[in-house]
Amino acid sequence: MAYEGLGAEDLHLWRGERHVLDGVAFTLPPGFCLHVAGANGSGKTTLLRAVCGLLYAETGRILWNGRDVSEDLPAFHSGLMYIGHEPPLKSDLSALENLRYWLGVRRRLTHSLLEGALQRVGASAWSDRPVRTLSAGQKRRVALAALSLALVPLWLLDEPTTNLDTAGQQLVGTLIEEQLARGGLVLAATHQELPVARERVKRLELAVD
Amino acid sequence: MTNVTAVTGEPAALAGEEGRGPPAPASMLDAARLVLLRDLKLAFRRRGQLVQPLAFFAMVTTLFPLAVSPELSRLREVAPGVLWVAALLASLLALEFLFRDDAHDGTLEQYSLSGQPLTWLMLAKTVTHWLLTGAPLALMAPLAALSLGAPGASVPGIVICVAVGTVALSLIGSIGAALTLGIRRSGVLLALLTLPLSLPVLIFGARATELAIRGSAYGAPLELLAAMAILGITLAPLAAAAGVRISLE
Repeated sequence: MAYEGLGAEDLHLWRGERHVLDGVAFTLPPGFCLHVAGANGSGKTTLLRAVCGLLYAETGRILWNGRDVSEDLPAFHSGLMYIGHEPPLKSDLSALENLRYWLGVRRRLTHSLLEGALQRVGASAWSDRPVRTLSAGQKRRVALAALSLALVPLWLLDEPTTNLDTAGQQLVGTLIEEQLARGGLVLAATHQELPVARERVKRLELAVD
Repeated sequence: MTNVTAVTGEPAALAGEEGRGPPAPASMLDAARLVLLRDLKLAFRRRGQLVQPLAFFAMVTTLFPLAVSPELSRLREVAPGVLWVAALLASLLALEFLFRDDAHDGTLEQYSLSGQPLTWLMLAKTVTHWLLTGAPLALMAPLAALSLGAPGASVPGIVICVAVGTVALSLIGSIGAALTLGIRRSGVLLALLTLPLSLPVLIFGARATELAIRGSAYGAPLELLAAMAILGITLAPLAAAAGVRISLE
């Protein structure tokens, strides 16, 4: 079954006695966004982490362009960006340094690219301040800059709009729409409505065990 | 949607980049260099952590003559043992910080999802750890040895022995540090895990140093130390990467 995009088949995952993922399945073609919804504790983060391979599901498989991702995890990983609850930033480094070391491990970067991405998220004015002096929303913006710099086909976003002001939330929407427009895929776990055109969004509702 | 353009600034900068096709992936060497530079920069922004093991080493080796006896002939006999026990404990002290901060802030997660081999990035991190603890210890060891009555001619031998031995210690320690990542207050467990594995390094390191101080040939134990370091370079990053993956679950 040659199939473009991302798919999950019958994912089961237990945490001790709790059956966190109970036969989760979805398909997501390029250019679409999957909105993972559900109450607290319904396994949204677990699903995201299982899809990107940080957690191993007991049964089921993840398909990327029709192939099981466990056949070639490094190739799958180089095509995805995962951003969890907390942006993975070093508090002693500046926003610019953080981006350089974080993204530089993945791809070649130039200074102008970094500056451009920071300007895009409105971070130019404070990009050389140590991250520990930034607010939670500002850190989130740095993570958005990283997302746009990586230029990978698959984004996995855990609560992408938390701590952001209205303009910041709209920026998330714009970035996601651009990603979809160039044929990328987005998996976003969030309680809020995503600021994205509805016809591009599929919804996956997770139930609490 | 009118105010989006005001926030987004210049989308043209990124659009132009996309026009040139997919971005060039970073080579493995680039990735390792960035991991190394990041850790060095962080260490120098937080000097307290950097100085702690070195201060410990200096304290132990200077307190010893006060406690044992000021007689140089007797000090010279215990010098290799004192040096190596102090070096072993000092490097153990620094181990706890090897992966802890990176695990906390999600950096290890990003490393494991970077598409680069995690084993290779672990090796880069361990090399940085050695540069920040092992290498300074190797430079401090002759000073401590001289104060314990070792002759000046033994200085190069001591530097080489401690340098090679601490490479092995850092690598062995990286396994323990990775395995104990998920555990709070892991210090004692880390010591219990790594000390038995470090004993051969202690034994051959102390032997090589003793021979160097006496002025005889120390090649044989030094070669064994080097063999352990090379074995560590080939195997320890694999084990550390596996340990990190488990702790991320």
